[in-house]
Amino acid sequence: MKSNNLQTIYVMWLREMKRFLRAKSRLIGTLIMPFFFLLAMGSGFNSGFSLPGAPPGVNYLNFLVPGIIGMTMLFSSMSAGISVLWDKEFGFLKEIMVAPVRRLAIILGRIAGGVTTALIQGVLILILSLFLGFKMVNLSGFIWALLFMLLIGISFIGFGVAIASKMEDTQGFSLIMQFIVFPIFLLSGAFFPVTNFPGWLRPIAYLDPLTYGVDGLRSSLIGFSQFPLTLDLIILLIFGVLMIALGSWLFSTTEI
Amino acid sequence: MRNNLPTFSFKRNFMLAIETKNLIKEFDGLKAVDNISLEVKEGEIFGLLGPNGAGKTTTIKILVTLLTPTKGEAKVWGFDILKQKDEVRNSIGIVFQEPALDNRLTGYENLDFHARLYGLDKETRKKRIEEVLSLVELQDKADVLVINYSGGMQRRLEIARGLMHYPKVLFLDEPTLGLDPQTRHRIWDYVLQLNQKEKTTIILTTHYMEEADYLCQRIGIIDFGKIVALDTPQNLKNILGGDVISIEAFPPQKAFEVLKTYSWVKKINQHNGIIDLNVDQGENKIPLLIEKDQKEVGFVIKSVNLRKPTLEDVFLHFTGKTIREAEASSIEKQKRMRQRFRR
Repeated sequence: MKSNNLQTIYVMWLREMKRFLRAKSRLIGTLIMPFFFLLAMGSGFNSGFSLPGAPPGVNYLNFLVPGIIGMTMLFSSMSAGISVLWDKEFGFLKEIMVAPVRRLAIILGRIAGGVTTALIQGVLILILSLFLGFKMVNLSGFIWALLFMLLIGISFIGFGVAIASKMEDTQGFSLIMQFIVFPIFLLSGAFFPVTNFPGWLRPIAYLDPLTYGVDGLRSSLIGFSQFPLTLDLIILLIFGVLMIALGSWLFSTTEI
Repeated sequence: MRNNLPTFSFKRNFMLAIETKNLIKEFDGLKAVDNISLEVKEGEIFGLLGPNGAGKTTTIKILVTLLTPTKGEAKVWGFDILKQKDEVRNSIGIVFQEPALDNRLTGYENLDFHARLYGLDKETRKKRIEEVLSLVELQDKADVLVINYSGGMQRRLEIARGLMHYPKVLFLDEPTLGLDPQTRHRIWDYVLQLNQKEKTTIILTTHYMEEADYLCQRIGIIDFGKIVALDTPQNLKNILGGDVISIEAFPPQKAFEVLKTYSWVKKINQHNGIIDLNVDQGENKIPLLIEKDQKEVGFVIKSVNLRKPTLEDVFLHFTGKTIREAEASSIEKQKRMRQRFRR
Protein backbone atom coordinates (compact mmCIF):
# COMPACT_ATOMS: atom_id res chain seq x y z
CA MET A 1 0.00 0.00 0.00
CA LYS A 2 2.77 2.38 0.95
CA SER A 3 4.70 1.77 -2.23
CA ASN A 4 1.50 2.33 -4.17
CA ASN A 5 1.15 5.75 -2.55
CA LEU A 6 4.65 6.66 -3.71
CA GLN A 7 3.85 5.30 -7.15
CA THR A 8 0.72 7.49 -7.24
CA ILE A 9 2.69 10.59 -6.30
CA TYR A 10 5.31 9.71 -8.88
CA VAL A 11 2.87 9.08 -11.70
CA MET A 12 0.99 12.33 -11.02
CA TRP A 13 4.31 14.14 -11.06
CA LEU A 14 5.41 12.38 -14.24
CA ARG A 15 2.21 13.36 -16.01
CA GLU A 16 2.67 17.00 -15.04
CA MET A 17 6.27 16.95 -16.29
CA LYS A 18 5.30 15.46 -19.64
CA ARG A 19 2.53 17.95 -20.15
CA PHE A 20 4.79 20.81 -19.09
CA LEU A 21 7.62 19.87 -21.42
CA ARG A 22 5.19 19.51 -24.32
CA ALA A 23 3.53 22.88 -23.79
CA LYS A 24 6.40 25.18 -24.69
CA SER A 25 4.07 28.06 -25.42
CA ARG A 26 2.65 27.82 -21.90
CA LEU A 27 6.12 28.20 -20.44
CA ILE A 28 6.86 31.27 -22.52
CA GLY A 29 3.42 32.66 -21.73
CA THR A 30 3.91 32.43 -17.98
CA LEU A 31 7.45 33.80 -18.06
CA ILE A 32 6.78 36.77 -20.28
CA MET A 33 4.69 38.81 -17.83
CA PRO A 34 7.12 38.70 -14.88
CA PHE A 35 9.95 39.40 -17.28
CA PHE A 36 8.21 42.52 -18.63
CA PHE A 37 7.55 43.67 -15.07
CA LEU A 38 11.24 43.35 -14.30
CA LEU A 39 12.30 45.03 -17.48
CA ALA A 40 9.87 47.95 -17.34
CA MET A 41 9.61 48.67 -13.63
CA GLY A 42 13.06 47.49 -12.63
CA SER A 43 14.82 49.69 -15.11
CA GLY A 44 12.30 52.53 -14.91
CA PHE A 45 12.52 53.03 -11.18
CA ASN A 46 16.14 52.15 -10.91
CA SER A 47 18.01 55.37 -11.53
CA GLY A 48 18.40 57.83 -8.69
CA PHE A 49 15.09 56.99 -7.07
CA SER A 50 15.08 55.91 -3.48
CA LEU A 51 12.13 53.87 -2.36
CA PRO A 52 10.47 55.01 0.86
CA GLY A 53 10.61 52.29 3.48
CA ALA A 54 13.53 50.52 1.86
CA PRO A 55 17.03 50.97 3.23
CA PRO A 56 19.24 53.36 1.33
CA GLY A 57 21.63 51.71 -1.03
CA VAL A 58 19.23 48.99 -2.15
CA ASN A 59 18.44 49.72 -5.76
CA TYR A 60 14.93 49.12 -6.98
CA LEU A 61 15.72 46.21 -9.30
CA ASN A 62 17.27 44.28 -6.44
CA PHE A 63 14.25 45.08 -4.31
CA LEU A 64 11.82 44.05 -7.04
CA VAL A 65 13.31 40.72 -8.16
CA PRO A 66 12.30 38.71 -5.04
CA GLY A 67 8.78 40.14 -5.38
CA ILE A 68 8.56 39.13 -9.02
CA ILE A 69 9.85 35.65 -8.20
CA GLY A 70 7.14 35.44 -5.55
CA MET A 71 4.62 36.53 -8.15
CA THR A 72 5.82 33.91 -10.63
CA MET A 73 5.51 31.25 -7.97
CA LEU A 74 2.04 32.45 -6.98
CA PHE A 75 0.64 32.46 -10.49
CA SER A 76 2.13 29.19 -11.65
CA SER A 77 1.18 27.43 -8.42
CA MET A 78 -2.37 28.69 -8.43
CA SER A 79 -2.84 27.59 -12.02
CA ALA A 80 -1.28 24.20 -11.24
CA GLY A 81 -3.77 23.79 -8.39
CA ILE A 82 -6.72 25.00 -10.38
CA SER A 83 -5.78 22.60 -13.20
CA VAL A 84 -7.94 20.10 -11.28
CA LEU A 85 -10.76 22.05 -12.87
CA TRP A 86 -9.47 21.40 -16.38
CA ASP A 87 -9.24 17.71 -15.59
CA LYS A 88 -12.84 17.91 -14.46
CA GLU A 89 -13.81 19.67 -17.70
CA PHE A 90 -12.00 17.17 -19.92
CA GLY A 91 -13.20 14.16 -17.97
CA PHE A 92 -9.77 12.93 -16.91
CA LEU A 93 -10.57 13.59 -13.25
CA LYS A 94 -13.00 10.64 -13.34
CA GLU A 95 -10.14 8.35 -14.33
CA ILE A 96 -8.16 9.57 -11.32
CA MET A 97 -11.10 9.48 -8.91
CA VAL A 98 -12.04 5.85 -9.54
CA ALA A 99 -8.48 4.62 -9.07
CA PRO A 100 -7.88 2.65 -5.85
CA VAL A 101 -5.45 5.20 -4.43
CA ARG A 102 -5.46 7.60 -1.50
CA ARG A 103 -6.84 11.06 -2.29
CA LEU A 104 -3.96 12.54 -0.28
CA ALA A 105 -1.46 10.77 -2.55
CA ILE A 106 -3.19 12.27 -5.60
CA ILE A 107 -2.96 15.75 -4.10
CA LEU A 108 0.67 15.28 -3.05
CA GLY A 109 1.51 14.10 -6.56
CA ARG A 110 -0.20 17.10 -8.07
CA ILE A 111 1.66 19.36 -5.65
CA ALA A 112 4.95 17.67 -6.49
CA GLY A 113 4.35 18.18 -10.20
CA GLY A 114 3.10 21.75 -9.84
CA VAL A 115 5.93 22.75 -7.50
CA THR A 116 8.53 21.37 -9.89
CA THR A 117 7.19 23.32 -12.83
CA ALA A 118 6.73 26.45 -10.70
CA LEU A 119 10.29 26.15 -9.36
CA ILE A 120 11.64 25.85 -12.90
CA GLN A 121 9.82 29.06 -13.80
CA GLY A 122 10.92 30.86 -10.64
CA VAL A 123 14.55 29.91 -11.15
CA LEU A 124 14.37 30.93 -14.81
CA ILE A 125 13.14 34.37 -13.75
CA LEU A 126 15.97 34.57 -11.24
CA ILE A 127 18.50 33.70 -13.94
CA LEU A 128 16.97 36.21 -16.36
CA SER A 129 17.15 38.91 -13.68
CA LEU A 130 20.87 38.25 -13.26
CA PHE A 131 21.29 39.38 -16.85
CA LEU A 132 19.37 42.56 -16.04
CA GLY A 133 21.82 43.36 -13.27
CA PHE A 134 20.34 41.67 -10.22
CA LYS A 135 22.86 40.82 -7.49
CA MET A 136 22.34 38.03 -4.96
CA VAL A 137 24.11 38.29 -1.60
CA ASN A 138 25.55 34.76 -1.64
CA LEU A 139 24.98 31.14 -2.58
CA SER A 140 23.45 30.08 0.74
CA GLY A 141 20.92 32.83 0.18
CA PHE A 142 19.99 31.12 -3.06
CA ILE A 143 19.41 27.84 -1.23
CA TRP A 144 17.17 29.65 1.27
CA ALA A 145 15.33 31.27 -1.60
CA LEU A 146 14.70 27.85 -3.13
CA LEU A 147 13.19 26.74 0.16
CA PHE A 148 10.86 29.74 0.23
CA MET A 149 9.89 29.20 -3.38
CA LEU A 150 9.08 25.60 -2.52
CA LEU A 151 6.88 26.65 0.40
CA ILE A 152 5.05 29.29 -1.62
CA GLY A 153 4.50 26.71 -4.35
CA ILE A 154 3.14 24.00 -2.04
CA SER A 155 0.84 26.44 -0.22
CA PHE A 156 -0.78 27.96 -3.25
CA ILE A 157 -1.18 24.68 -5.15
CA GLY A 158 -3.03 23.37 -2.10
CA PHE A 159 -5.09 26.57 -2.09
CA GLY A 160 -5.78 26.22 -5.83
CA VAL A 161 -6.89 22.60 -5.44
CA ALA A 162 -9.19 23.62 -2.59
CA ILE A 163 -10.84 26.32 -4.72
CA ALA A 164 -11.06 24.09 -7.80
CA SER A 165 -12.69 21.30 -5.80
CA LYS A 166 -15.55 23.60 -4.91
CA MET A 167 -16.06 24.91 -8.44
CA GLU A 168 -18.37 23.28 -10.95
CA ASP A 169 -16.71 24.34 -14.19
CA THR A 170 -14.01 26.58 -15.62
CA GLN A 171 -16.27 29.61 -16.00
CA GLY A 172 -15.32 31.09 -12.65
CA PHE A 173 -11.62 30.83 -13.44
CA SER A 174 -10.98 34.46 -14.40
CA LEU A 175 -13.07 35.60 -11.44
CA ILE A 176 -10.74 33.68 -9.13
CA MET A 177 -7.70 35.22 -10.79
CA GLN A 178 -9.04 38.74 -10.44
CA PHE A 179 -10.62 38.60 -7.00
CA ILE A 180 -8.24 36.26 -5.22
CA VAL A 181 -4.91 35.89 -6.97
CA PHE A 182 -4.30 39.52 -7.95
CA PRO A 183 -5.12 40.94 -4.49
CA ILE A 184 -2.82 38.35 -2.91
CA PHE A 185 -0.10 39.49 -5.27
CA LEU A 186 -0.66 43.24 -4.92
CA LEU A 187 -0.89 43.14 -1.12
CA SER A 188 2.24 41.02 -0.70
CA GLY A 189 4.70 43.91 -0.88
CA ALA A 190 6.16 42.67 -4.14
CA PHE A 191 6.51 46.22 -5.49
CA PHE A 192 7.19 48.16 -2.31
CA PRO A 193 7.49 47.47 1.43
CA VAL A 194 4.16 46.64 3.10
CA THR A 195 4.89 49.39 5.65
CA ASN A 196 4.08 51.85 2.85
CA PHE A 197 0.46 50.76 2.82
CA PRO A 198 -1.95 53.06 4.66
CA GLY A 199 -2.82 51.92 8.17
CA TRP A 200 -6.17 50.35 7.28
CA LEU A 201 -4.68 48.23 4.50
CA ARG A 202 -1.62 47.11 6.42
CA PRO A 203 -3.39 44.48 8.59
CA ILE A 204 -4.80 42.89 5.43
CA ALA A 205 -1.31 42.79 3.94
CA TYR A 206 -0.13 41.09 7.10
CA LEU A 207 -2.86 38.47 6.65
CA ASP A 208 -1.63 37.76 3.13
CA PRO A 209 0.58 34.65 3.32
CA LEU A 210 2.50 35.73 0.23
CA THR A 211 3.75 38.77 2.21
CA TYR A 212 5.88 36.37 4.26
CA GLY A 213 6.94 34.48 1.15
CA VAL A 214 8.15 37.64 -0.55
CA ASP A 215 9.76 38.86 2.66
CA GLY A 216 11.55 35.54 3.08
CA LEU A 217 12.77 35.65 -0.51
CA ARG A 218 13.97 39.20 -0.07
CA SER A 219 15.74 38.30 3.13
CA SER A 220 17.45 35.32 1.45
CA LEU A 221 18.37 36.99 -1.82
CA ILE A 222 19.28 40.57 -0.92
CA GLY A 223 19.58 40.44 2.86
CA PHE A 224 16.79 42.96 3.48
CA SER A 225 13.59 42.05 5.25
CA GLN A 226 10.86 43.33 7.49
CA PHE A 227 10.28 40.23 9.55
CA PRO A 228 12.76 37.77 10.97
CA LEU A 229 13.52 34.92 8.58
CA THR A 230 12.26 32.33 11.07
CA LEU A 231 8.91 34.11 11.39
CA ASP A 232 8.48 34.05 7.59
CA LEU A 233 9.40 30.40 7.59
CA ILE A 234 7.04 29.39 10.40
CA ILE A 235 4.05 31.28 9.00
CA LEU A 236 4.55 29.81 5.53
CA LEU A 237 4.98 26.32 6.93
CA ILE A 238 1.74 26.57 8.91
CA PHE A 239 -0.10 28.01 5.92
CA GLY A 240 1.31 25.30 3.66
CA VAL A 241 0.25 22.44 5.93
CA LEU A 242 -3.22 24.00 6.31
CA MET A 243 -3.62 24.35 2.57
CA ILE A 244 -2.54 20.75 1.86
CA ALA A 245 -5.04 19.57 4.47
CA LEU A 246 -7.82 21.80 3.15
CA GLY A 247 -7.05 20.94 -0.47
CA SER A 248 -7.06 17.18 0.03
CA TRP A 249 -10.13 17.28 2.24
CA LEU A 250 -12.18 19.31 -0.24
CA PHE A 251 -10.79 17.26 -3.12
CA SER A 252 -11.84 13.99 -1.51
CA THR A 253 -15.40 15.25 -1.14
CA THR A 254 -15.83 16.21 -4.81
CA GLU A 255 -18.58 14.35 -6.60
CA ILE A 256 -18.40 14.13 -10.36
CA MET B 1 -3.01 -5.61 -5.56
CA ARG B 2 -4.75 -6.21 -2.27
CA ASN B 3 -6.17 -9.57 -1.47
CA ASN B 4 -8.80 -8.68 1.10
CA LEU B 5 -11.59 -11.16 0.99
CA PRO B 6 -15.18 -10.05 0.56
CA THR B 7 -16.83 -9.29 3.87
CA PHE B 8 -19.41 -12.01 3.58
CA SER B 9 -19.73 -15.24 1.71
CA PHE B 10 -22.66 -16.09 -0.46
CA LYS B 11 -24.78 -19.12 0.11
CA ARG B 12 -25.31 -19.49 -3.61
CA ASN B 13 -22.87 -21.51 -5.65
CA PHE B 14 -22.21 -18.59 -7.98
CA MET B 15 -20.79 -15.24 -7.05
CA LEU B 16 -22.74 -12.04 -7.43
CA ALA B 17 -20.74 -9.39 -9.24
CA ILE B 18 -23.24 -6.66 -8.41
CA GLU B 19 -25.93 -6.51 -5.80
CA THR B 20 -28.01 -3.42 -5.08
CA LYS B 21 -30.85 -2.96 -2.63
CA ASN B 22 -33.38 -0.14 -2.93
CA LEU B 23 -30.83 2.24 -4.35
CA ILE B 24 -32.02 5.84 -4.45
CA LYS B 25 -30.24 8.95 -5.66
CA GLU B 26 -31.94 12.31 -5.43
CA PHE B 27 -30.76 15.54 -7.00
CA ASP B 28 -32.56 18.54 -5.50
CA GLY B 29 -35.50 16.36 -4.51
CA LEU B 30 -35.81 14.72 -7.94
CA LYS B 31 -35.19 11.00 -7.99
CA ALA B 32 -32.67 10.14 -10.70
CA VAL B 33 -32.41 6.59 -9.39
CA ASP B 34 -35.61 5.35 -7.82
CA ASN B 35 -35.42 2.24 -5.69
CA ILE B 36 -33.27 0.07 -7.91
CA SER B 37 -32.60 -3.46 -6.73
CA LEU B 38 -30.74 -5.80 -9.02
CA GLU B 39 -28.28 -8.64 -9.09
CA VAL B 40 -25.66 -9.41 -11.69
CA LYS B 41 -23.95 -12.78 -11.72
CA GLU B 42 -20.25 -13.38 -12.18
CA GLY B 43 -19.31 -13.73 -15.83
CA GLU B 44 -22.52 -12.18 -17.09
CA ILE B 45 -23.01 -9.44 -19.65
CA PHE B 46 -25.76 -7.36 -18.15
CA GLY B 47 -27.37 -4.40 -19.85
CA LEU B 48 -29.24 -1.41 -18.52
CA LEU B 49 -31.46 -0.31 -21.35
CA GLY B 50 -33.29 2.97 -21.30
CA PRO B 51 -33.60 6.40 -22.86
CA ASN B 52 -31.17 9.21 -22.11
CA GLY B 53 -31.90 10.66 -18.71
CA ALA B 54 -33.46 7.45 -17.37
CA GLY B 55 -30.85 7.13 -14.61
CA LYS B 56 -28.42 4.67 -16.19
CA THR B 57 -25.29 6.78 -15.82
CA THR B 58 -26.23 7.84 -12.29
CA THR B 59 -26.62 4.18 -11.33
CA ILE B 60 -23.21 3.38 -12.81
CA LYS B 61 -21.59 6.36 -11.07
CA ILE B 62 -22.92 5.13 -7.74
CA LEU B 63 -21.61 1.62 -8.37
CA VAL B 64 -18.13 2.87 -9.30
CA THR B 65 -17.95 5.06 -6.14
CA LEU B 66 -18.10 8.43 -7.92
CA LEU B 67 -21.47 9.32 -6.39
CA THR B 68 -22.89 8.55 -2.96
CA PRO B 69 -26.43 7.17 -2.97
CA THR B 70 -29.08 9.07 -1.05
CA LYS B 71 -30.46 5.79 0.30
CA GLY B 72 -29.99 2.09 -0.18
CA GLU B 73 -26.96 -0.13 -0.43
CA ALA B 74 -24.86 -1.76 -3.08
CA LYS B 75 -22.07 -4.26 -3.31
CA VAL B 76 -19.64 -4.70 -6.17
CA TRP B 77 -17.71 -7.96 -6.25
CA GLY B 78 -18.84 -8.47 -2.67
CA PHE B 79 -17.47 -5.14 -1.47
CA ASP B 80 -19.62 -2.38 -0.03
CA ILE B 81 -19.53 0.71 -2.23
CA LEU B 82 -19.55 3.03 0.78
CA LYS B 83 -17.38 1.21 3.30
CA GLN B 84 -14.88 -0.53 1.01
CA LYS B 85 -14.31 2.00 -1.73
CA ASP B 86 -10.72 1.00 -2.44
CA GLU B 87 -11.60 -2.69 -2.74
CA VAL B 88 -14.44 -1.80 -5.10
CA ARG B 89 -12.17 0.44 -7.14
CA ASN B 90 -9.59 -2.31 -7.35
CA SER B 91 -12.11 -4.79 -8.74
CA ILE B 92 -13.61 -2.66 -11.48
CA GLY B 93 -12.77 -1.09 -14.79
CA ILE B 94 -14.82 1.70 -16.35
CA VAL B 95 -15.33 3.17 -19.75
CA PHE B 96 -17.14 6.44 -19.26
CA GLN B 97 -19.72 7.86 -21.59
CA GLU B 98 -17.70 11.01 -22.14
CA PRO B 99 -13.99 10.71 -22.91
CA ALA B 100 -11.77 10.56 -19.83
CA LEU B 101 -8.35 10.49 -21.47
CA ASP B 102 -5.48 12.91 -21.09
CA ASN B 103 -5.21 14.04 -24.68
CA ARG B 104 -1.81 15.67 -24.14
CA LEU B 105 -0.37 12.23 -23.48
CA THR B 106 0.12 9.44 -26.00
CA GLY B 107 -2.03 6.33 -26.02
CA TYR B 108 0.80 4.37 -24.45
CA GLU B 109 1.31 6.96 -21.74
CA ASN B 110 -2.39 6.96 -20.87
CA LEU B 111 -2.25 3.20 -20.39
CA ASP B 112 1.00 3.39 -18.45
CA PHE B 113 -0.43 6.08 -16.16
CA HIS B 114 -3.41 3.86 -15.48
CA ALA B 115 -1.31 0.76 -14.88
CA ARG B 116 0.85 2.58 -12.34
CA LEU B 117 -2.17 3.94 -10.49
CA TYR B 118 -3.42 0.38 -10.17
CA GLY B 119 -0.06 -0.79 -8.88
CA LEU B 120 1.03 -3.09 -11.72
CA ASP B 121 4.74 -3.85 -11.73
CA LYS B 122 7.03 -2.97 -14.61
CA GLU B 123 6.92 -6.30 -16.45
CA THR B 124 3.17 -6.70 -16.12
CA ARG B 125 2.67 -3.14 -17.30
CA LYS B 126 4.64 -3.69 -20.46
CA LYS B 127 3.11 -7.03 -21.25
CA ARG B 128 -0.42 -5.92 -20.50
CA ILE B 129 -0.18 -2.70 -22.51
CA GLU B 130 0.86 -4.76 -25.55
CA GLU B 131 -2.00 -7.16 -24.93
CA VAL B 132 -4.78 -4.62 -24.60
CA LEU B 133 -3.46 -2.50 -27.45
CA SER B 134 -3.50 -5.48 -29.77
CA LEU B 135 -6.98 -6.40 -28.59
CA VAL B 136 -8.30 -3.04 -29.76
CA GLU B 137 -5.85 -2.90 -32.70
CA LEU B 138 -4.12 0.31 -31.73
CA GLN B 139 -0.50 -0.94 -31.56
CA ASP B 140 0.67 1.32 -34.36
CA LYS B 141 -0.97 4.38 -32.77
CA ALA B 142 0.53 3.79 -29.32
CA ASP B 143 2.97 6.71 -29.53
CA VAL B 144 0.57 9.22 -31.04
CA LEU B 145 -0.84 11.96 -28.81
CA VAL B 146 -4.47 11.17 -27.97
CA ILE B 147 -5.51 14.61 -29.20
CA ASN B 148 -4.84 13.28 -32.71
CA TYR B 149 -7.06 10.18 -32.27
CA SER B 150 -10.47 9.89 -33.91
CA GLY B 151 -13.53 9.42 -31.72
CA GLY B 152 -13.62 5.69 -32.39
CA MET B 153 -9.92 5.30 -31.61
CA GLN B 154 -10.34 7.18 -28.34
CA ARG B 155 -13.20 4.90 -27.36
CA ARG B 156 -11.13 1.82 -28.19
CA LEU B 157 -8.23 3.18 -26.17
CA GLU B 158 -10.58 3.73 -23.24
CA ILE B 159 -11.80 0.16 -23.48
CA ALA B 160 -8.19 -1.02 -23.56
CA ARG B 161 -7.48 1.10 -20.50
CA GLY B 162 -10.51 -0.24 -18.68
CA LEU B 163 -9.04 -3.72 -19.09
CA MET B 164 -5.46 -2.88 -18.10
CA HIS B 165 -5.63 -4.01 -14.49
CA TYR B 166 -7.55 -7.25 -15.09
CA PRO B 167 -10.80 -5.95 -13.60
CA LYS B 168 -13.34 -8.44 -12.36
CA VAL B 169 -16.21 -6.22 -13.41
CA LEU B 170 -16.11 -3.87 -16.38
CA PHE B 171 -18.58 -1.00 -16.65
CA LEU B 172 -19.30 0.34 -20.11
CA ASP B 173 -21.42 3.47 -20.12
CA GLU B 174 -22.87 3.85 -23.62
CA PRO B 175 -19.79 2.26 -25.19
CA THR B 176 -20.78 2.95 -28.79
CA LEU B 177 -22.52 6.29 -28.44
CA GLY B 178 -21.84 8.47 -31.47
CA LEU B 179 -19.74 5.88 -33.28
CA ASP B 180 -20.20 4.75 -36.86
CA PRO B 181 -21.76 1.32 -37.48
CA GLN B 182 -18.46 -0.35 -38.39
CA THR B 183 -16.68 0.79 -35.25
CA ARG B 184 -19.75 -0.14 -33.26
CA HIS B 185 -19.64 -3.73 -34.51
CA ARG B 186 -15.93 -3.97 -33.78
CA ILE B 187 -16.49 -2.78 -30.24
CA TRP B 188 -19.24 -5.35 -29.81
CA ASP B 189 -16.76 -8.00 -30.88
CA TYR B 190 -14.18 -6.80 -28.33
CA VAL B 191 -16.79 -6.86 -25.61
CA LEU B 192 -17.82 -10.44 -26.40
CA GLN B 193 -14.18 -11.48 -26.73
CA LEU B 194 -13.11 -10.20 -23.37
CA ASN B 195 -16.19 -11.63 -21.70
CA GLN B 196 -15.20 -15.03 -23.06
CA LYS B 197 -11.40 -14.81 -22.96
CA GLU B 198 -10.86 -12.89 -19.76
CA LYS B 199 -14.08 -13.97 -18.03
CA THR B 200 -14.83 -10.35 -17.25
CA THR B 201 -18.28 -9.57 -15.94
CA ILE B 202 -19.66 -6.70 -17.98
CA ILE B 203 -22.28 -4.14 -17.07
CA LEU B 204 -23.22 -1.89 -19.93
CA THR B 205 -25.73 0.86 -20.40
CA THR B 206 -27.19 1.65 -23.76
CA HIS B 207 -30.16 3.18 -25.45
CA TYR B 208 -29.56 1.13 -28.60
CA MET B 209 -31.98 -1.81 -28.69
CA GLU B 210 -29.91 -3.87 -31.09
CA GLU B 211 -26.82 -3.40 -28.90
CA ALA B 212 -28.59 -4.69 -25.81
CA ASP B 213 -30.09 -7.54 -27.80
CA TYR B 214 -26.81 -8.58 -29.40
CA LEU B 215 -24.56 -8.37 -26.35
CA CYS B 216 -26.50 -8.87 -23.16
CA GLN B 217 -27.41 -12.09 -21.46
CA ARG B 218 -29.86 -10.22 -19.26
CA ILE B 219 -31.36 -6.78 -19.58
CA GLY B 220 -32.89 -4.39 -17.11
CA ILE B 221 -35.22 -1.89 -18.73
CA ILE B 222 -34.98 1.41 -16.92
CA ASP B 223 -37.32 4.36 -17.22
CA PHE B 224 -37.56 7.43 -14.96
CA GLY B 225 -35.06 5.87 -12.56
CA LYS B 226 -37.00 2.66 -12.10
CA ILE B 227 -36.31 -0.85 -13.37
CA VAL B 228 -39.56 -1.74 -15.11
CA ALA B 229 -38.53 -5.18 -16.40
CA LEU B 230 -35.55 -7.47 -15.99
CA ASP B 231 -34.89 -10.73 -17.83
CA THR B 232 -33.07 -12.29 -20.75
CA PRO B 233 -33.76 -10.58 -24.09
CA GLN B 234 -35.55 -13.72 -25.28
CA ASN B 235 -37.79 -13.96 -22.22
CA LEU B 236 -38.57 -10.27 -22.45
CA LYS B 237 -39.64 -10.70 -26.04
CA ASN B 238 -41.60 -13.82 -25.13
CA ILE B 239 -43.67 -11.80 -22.69
CA LEU B 240 -45.23 -10.22 -25.72
CA GLY B 241 -45.60 -13.63 -27.28
CA GLY B 242 -45.79 -14.67 -30.90
CA ASP B 243 -45.53 -11.95 -33.50
CA VAL B 244 -46.11 -8.27 -33.96
CA ILE B 245 -48.29 -7.03 -36.80
CA SER B 246 -47.85 -3.32 -37.48
CA ILE B 247 -50.68 -1.70 -39.34
CA GLU B 248 -51.18 1.65 -40.95
CA ALA B 249 -54.89 2.28 -41.26
CA PHE B 250 -57.28 5.12 -42.00
CA PRO B 251 -58.91 6.50 -39.99
CA PRO B 252 -56.53 5.25 -37.32
CA GLN B 253 -58.83 5.85 -34.38
CA LYS B 254 -61.63 3.80 -35.88
CA ALA B 255 -59.21 1.01 -36.76
CA PHE B 256 -57.88 0.98 -33.22
CA GLU B 257 -61.42 0.72 -31.77
CA VAL B 258 -62.35 -2.16 -34.05
CA LEU B 259 -59.10 -4.13 -33.87
CA LYS B 260 -59.23 -3.96 -30.09
CA THR B 261 -62.34 -6.10 -30.10
CA TYR B 262 -60.84 -9.03 -32.05
CA SER B 263 -60.40 -12.04 -29.85
CA TRP B 264 -57.06 -13.09 -31.41
CA VAL B 265 -55.41 -9.75 -30.65
CA LYS B 266 -53.50 -10.26 -27.41
CA LYS B 267 -52.37 -6.69 -27.00
CA ILE B 268 -52.77 -3.54 -29.01
CA ASN B 269 -50.68 -0.38 -28.99
CA GLN B 270 -50.89 2.83 -30.93
CA HIS B 271 -48.02 5.23 -31.45
CA ASN B 272 -47.10 7.69 -34.18
CA GLY B 273 -50.08 6.60 -36.28
CA ILE B 274 -48.95 2.97 -36.28
CA ILE B 275 -51.01 0.25 -34.62
CA ASP B 276 -49.09 -2.71 -33.22
CA LEU B 277 -50.93 -5.96 -32.62
CA ASN B 278 -49.39 -8.75 -30.57
CA VAL B 279 -50.69 -12.03 -31.95
CA ASP B 280 -49.82 -15.71 -32.19
CA GLN B 281 -48.95 -17.12 -35.60
CA GLY B 282 -49.05 -13.78 -37.31
CA GLU B 283 -48.78 -15.20 -40.81
CA ASN B 284 -52.27 -16.75 -40.38
CA LYS B 285 -53.75 -13.56 -38.99
CA ILE B 286 -52.88 -11.26 -41.87
CA PRO B 287 -55.49 -12.86 -44.18
CA LEU B 288 -58.08 -12.40 -41.43
CA LEU B 289 -57.31 -8.68 -41.44
CA ILE B 290 -57.37 -8.34 -45.19
CA GLU B 291 -60.54 -10.34 -45.90
CA LYS B 292 -62.71 -8.06 -43.72
CA ASP B 293 -65.07 -5.91 -45.73
CA GLN B 294 -63.82 -2.33 -45.58
CA LYS B 295 -67.32 -0.91 -45.47
CA GLU B 296 -68.34 -3.25 -42.69
CA VAL B 297 -65.37 -2.41 -40.40
CA GLY B 298 -65.25 1.26 -41.33
CA PHE B 299 -61.50 1.70 -42.00
CA VAL B 300 -58.97 1.10 -44.77
CA ILE B 301 -55.71 -0.77 -44.20
CA LYS B 302 -52.86 0.97 -46.01
CA SER B 303 -49.96 -1.27 -45.02
CA VAL B 304 -49.25 -4.38 -42.99
CA ASN B 305 -45.92 -5.50 -41.56
CA LEU B 306 -45.28 -8.77 -39.75
CA ARG B 307 -42.27 -9.27 -37.51
CA LYS B 308 -40.97 -10.95 -34.41
CA PRO B 309 -41.13 -8.70 -31.34
CA THR B 310 -38.00 -6.63 -30.77
CA LEU B 311 -36.79 -5.04 -27.59
CA GLU B 312 -38.35 -1.87 -28.93
CA ASP B 313 -41.75 -3.57 -28.64
CA VAL B 314 -40.84 -4.73 -25.15
CA PHE B 315 -39.90 -1.21 -24.17
CA LEU B 316 -43.16 0.06 -25.62
CA HIS B 317 -45.04 -2.62 -23.72
CA PHE B 318 -43.58 -1.67 -20.36
CA THR B 319 -43.41 2.09 -20.67
CA GLY B 320 -46.25 2.84 -23.09
CA LYS B 321 -43.91 4.69 -25.43
CA THR B 322 -41.07 3.97 -27.81
CA ILE B 323 -37.58 4.71 -26.63
CA ARG B 324 -37.34 7.67 -29.00
CA GLU B 325 -40.53 9.16 -27.60
CA ALA B 326 -39.26 8.53 -24.07
CA GLU B 327 -36.03 10.26 -24.99
CA ALA B 328 -37.84 13.27 -26.38
CA SER B 329 -39.93 13.59 -23.23
CA SER B 330 -36.95 13.16 -20.93
CA ILE B 331 -34.98 15.76 -22.86
CA GLU B 332 -37.96 18.08 -22.43
CA LYS B 333 -37.96 17.31 -18.73
CA GLN B 334 -34.24 18.02 -18.46
CA LYS B 335 -34.67 21.30 -20.26
CA ARG B 336 -37.42 22.32 -17.90
CA MET B 337 -35.30 21.27 -14.93
CA ARG B 338 -32.35 23.22 -16.17
CA GLN B 339 -34.47 26.32 -16.63
CA ARG B 340 -35.87 25.94 -13.16
CA PHE B 341 -32.43 25.73 -11.59
CA ARG B 342 -30.89 28.48 -13.63
CA ARG B 343 -30.41 31.54 -11.52
